[in-house]
Order: sequence, then structure tokens, then C-alpha cells
Amino acid sequence: MAAMARAATTTDAFNAVAEPRRREILDLLAGGERSVTELVESLGLSQPLVSKHLRVLREVGLVRVRDEGRQRFYRLDGKPLRSIATWLAPFERAMSGRFDLMDDVIAELKAQEEDNDGDDDQLGEGHAPG
Amino acid sequence: MATTTNSAKVTLPADTQILITREFDAPRHLVWKAYTTPDLIARWWGGEHGKVTSVEVDLRVGGTWRYVLTANEGFEVAFHGEYREISEPERLVNTEIYEGAPEGVGVVTTTLTESDGRTTLTQLCEYGSREVRDAVIDSGMESGMQESMDALEQVAVSLR
Repeated sequence: MAAMARAATTTDAFNAVAEPRRREILDLLAGGERSVTELVESLGLSQPLVSKHLRVLREVGLVRVRDEGRQRFYRLDGKPLRSIATWLAPFERAMSGRFDLMDDVIAELKAQEEDNDGDDDQLGEGHAPG
Repeated sequence: MATTTNSAKVTLPADTQILITREFDAPRHLVWKAYTTPDLIARWWGGEHGKVTSVEVDLRVGGTWRYVLTANEGFEVAFHGEYREISEPERLVNTEIYEGAPEGVGVVTTTLTESDGRTTLTQLCEYGSREVRDAVIDSGMESGMQESMDALEQVAVSLR
């Protein structure tokens, strides 16, 4: 089926959240349920475009839809996003560990610069890690 | 001791990208210095995963860099690359190759923006494919890294 091959680019949550406008929609929905009209107003996009993004988000299970009268309401379903967060967590921890150590290095540089009255061309040696 | 505890934020702006953001309580020329000076890099680059044993930095366009880490588990991890753009103290573009999987070349654009004496560091890492990008996240310099190193060691042993 040709349609399946084409759809493959947006059939998972990873791809769906890669699009900045769709992330904006998810940010808005993180604040609570919104009607399509409200989303269109907040985003400043055309209704067909917003509907297109909502369709993609619905296909990957990131939003749920509910009809009430003539209005259609969307709300966030965080489950597919949580799986991204879980996947990213070890990488994020590794990066944090690195930058936490960089904080210490930078704090030292800052202290040296203050001692030197703004003259920063000397970098003290002998600061053993830990 | 650092007075701030900011965690790094990791997002995926596109299929082939990783975006890392971290704020520092210092003006950017100091962040730049910590980020590009070999004996300072040696103190933070390994994170909690081991001891940095070698840092080579030839900080000019076309110059190369290479960092080597001995992980807590005893194996060695090395990365290298080339500098493509340098504008101190705000922007650095370099390639990054994990020597355990050298076919996956990353391009890392590091940007430092300063506001009220604080600096936001962003690293946009772009890879040739989503598979490579995902492998970088999977490694996380944690379990995945250990497995790939074990696999590499087996290959190396078999070549002896």
C-alpha cells in the first residue's frame, strides 16, 4: 500500500513532535483541553493547517478528541511523550553529569577573574579535580 | 562548588538532530574558556563515567580535536573531529566521530548566549540519519556504550 509508505514519516510520536507547530499545539494542550477554534486563534494559523497537524497528532495517539455540539475539543495524551522522555533520560543524565562538573570549573574561573580584577589571561594551575 | 543545579535539557527538534541546552551562572567568555581549554575540558567532559586521559585541541578552522576517556568500567572511549567554524566566544561548529562507530559523523553547533551575566549553552547535534542519531541517544554513555565497547573488543581480539 503506497499510503502506508508515505504515512510512515509521521506514524510515530518521535516524528510527530519533530514539527515545531505540532509542539506548539502540544504546549497549548498541556494547559488543558482546547477547541479547534481556540487553537486556531492561539496559533495564528489557518484552520485547515491546524486540523492537519491535529490529525497527525491524533494518528500517533498524542491527542484525544471529543465532539460537543458543533465544537470539536482536543486534549493531550502524554503516554507516547513519556516514552520519549524515558528514552532520553539516560542521555540527559549523562549530559547533566558533564555540565555539573563544568559548573565547578567555571566557578573557579569566575573566582580567579574577580581576584585578578577582570584580568583573565592567567589561568591558575594546580586545581586538582575533586 | 557550583551554586546552581541546572539540569541539561535534551530535545529532538528533527529526526536527525539532538538539541542540548544548559544554563551557566557565568559570563560566556568563561564558559567558552571551560569549553575549549584542554586541561579544563579534561575536568568535565567525562561526566560521571570515568577519567579523561587525553585532550587534544587544535582550535582553528580545519584543526582537529580528540578526547579520550577511561570509563569507570575500565574500557576506553575516544571521540575526535574537526573544527569548521570558530567565533569566540559565541559559536563553535565541529564534527564529532565516536571511534567505536566511525561511520556515524555528527556535526555539533555550539552556541553561547549571554544575558544578565548568565550564559545559555546550546549544542545542536546533527547526524547523517535517524539511525545514527538514535544510536547516540541509546549509547547515553551508559549501558549501550558498554555493549558496543564489548562488541568492539571482541572484533579487535578476533583480528589479532
